[in-house]
Amino acid sequence: MNRRLSSQPDGISAEQQLFLSAHRRHHHIITLCRLLLIVIFLSLWETAARRQWIDPFFFSSPTGIAAYLYQMLSDHSFFMHTGITLLETIASFLLVTLLSLLCATLLWYIRGLAEILEPYLVILNSLPKSALAPLLIVWLGTGTGTIIVAGISVAVFGSIINLYTGFTQADPEMLKLIYTLGGSRFDALRKVILPGSVPLILSSMKVNIGLSLVGVIIGEFLAARRGLGYLIIYGSQVFQLSMVITSIIILCAIAMAFYKLIQNLEHYYRKKY
Amino acid sequence: MSALLSLRDVSYAYHNLKGETPALSHISFDVPQGEFLAIVGPSGCGKSTLLSIIAGLLIPETGDLFYKDQPIARGNAGNIMKIGYMLQRDHLFEWRTIYQNVILGLELNRALTQENRDHVTQLLKDYDLYAFRDKKPSELSGGMRQRAALIRTMAIHPDLLLLDEPFSALDSQTRLNVSADIAHLIRSTGKTAVLITHDLSEAITLADRVLVLSRRPASVICEMPVRLNADRQDPMAVRNTAEYRLCFNHLWEVLTNEQTAVQPA
Repeated sequence: MNRRLSSQPDGISAEQQLFLSAHRRHHHIITLCRLLLIVIFLSLWETAARRQWIDPFFFSSPTGIAAYLYQMLSDHSFFMHTGITLLETIASFLLVTLLSLLCATLLWYIRGLAEILEPYLVILNSLPKSALAPLLIVWLGTGTGTIIVAGISVAVFGSIINLYTGFTQADPEMLKLIYTLGGSRFDALRKVILPGSVPLILSSMKVNIGLSLVGVIIGEFLAARRGLGYLIIYGSQVFQLSMVITSIIILCAIAMAFYKLIQNLEHYYRKKY
Repeated sequence: MSALLSLRDVSYAYHNLKGETPALSHISFDVPQGEFLAIVGPSGCGKSTLLSIIAGLLIPETGDLFYKDQPIARGNAGNIMKIGYMLQRDHLFEWRTIYQNVILGLELNRALTQENRDHVTQLLKDYDLYAFRDKKPSELSGGMRQRAALIRTMAIHPDLLLLDEPFSALDSQTRLNVSADIAHLIRSTGKTAVLITHDLSEAITLADRVLVLSRRPASVICEMPVRLNADRQDPMAVRNTAEYRLCFNHLWEVLTNEQTAVQPA
């Protein structure tokens, strides 16, 4: 039988099936390698800790971390600390998204405003935000508000610059079209700039969620009595490295979950439009 | 025929820190009601600048524009007459369906009446796009997209149509068909149109009159009425007439002389 003309009852050709199975095999190998890597790493770590190749007091061990995680789940402190960090991160992220959209829109809409504010935005964006944290504590005190502001300060300036740059790169011919159809600058904003920038806004959100988390952890290092950032700093002070590493692992999981959530939103948008 | 639009001594220059670039120099012409006028000229001579001035997007530095003999205040063209502007590319918005794209002008003019919706629906049916009204622009061919762009332009019932090389992004066969369709729609509705093109064949096939502009700064160097004894709906038939060849040769000669006469040493 001619291989090129061969076909299956389900309508998929033999060549396509070969391609699909090769693709699946490749995917499985990659997943297996990833799992193998983490298993080898954890096994080596555990063995090294048990045989005293490394000092478990300073380096902890996978079983030590699992035990601490179990303890956190049993006494519900996991939910309290993770919950507060989650809440602060979500609040920071939503405010960053809203503020940066609003500011970028104003910068685009009011001619000359961007030219005036550009050097200040660049300076504020370049500033190491951790340097602001002590000031925030003096001005706002310690507490959730300060931590949310710290989260905002890390992400907002970069996000404004990113969105505004995207807005200014809209196709000038599309704007011309709006004006020739009798539209105003406001119409150009709502019909071209904002709808055309949805992919940019989504990719900016992907960056912002990570930066908000970084800002919240910086804030919790300095001005909190609850949260994963607090656990990390407290754990390092009292040499409870299991507490520190467990908190870092939970943070990784949170960052991944947020990223996936926005990625799914992006996929949904691409599918729809 | 009375003039729908008149330009008198219109000049324009672009300015930047390095100096000024004169684009138009003392341009004067009339566009009678119902005429299809084509403007040709060398690349970069300022044809699109001229259309932007007529549309009110740019304000002439000197000279005046008149709509039905009434002077148009600077930059006020869009408020005095309804202008339909077709750009080089269709610029259909991917985040809108074809129907949402063609009613964009009506939305912007707050004129989404049932009558206008029916008009748009009829245009979509006439130009075989009704079945595609809920599709995204990327699902349509180049010719269909350009037809949709024309319907978007016609939906606002423009007094004057400005066509800025609207077929230049199409392949040659689609270009012939779409340009014939568009010319038919414009003629059948009795609209006044100004077409900018660098394609002499297109100008002769579609227009009642052709203006030739000089190199930058552009001025009118030739004006030629086009009288053809052929069905303008059939672009190939038009191109096979003796009148077409005469017009083409004449325009070619004018443009060639213009190129050679002012070449810097």
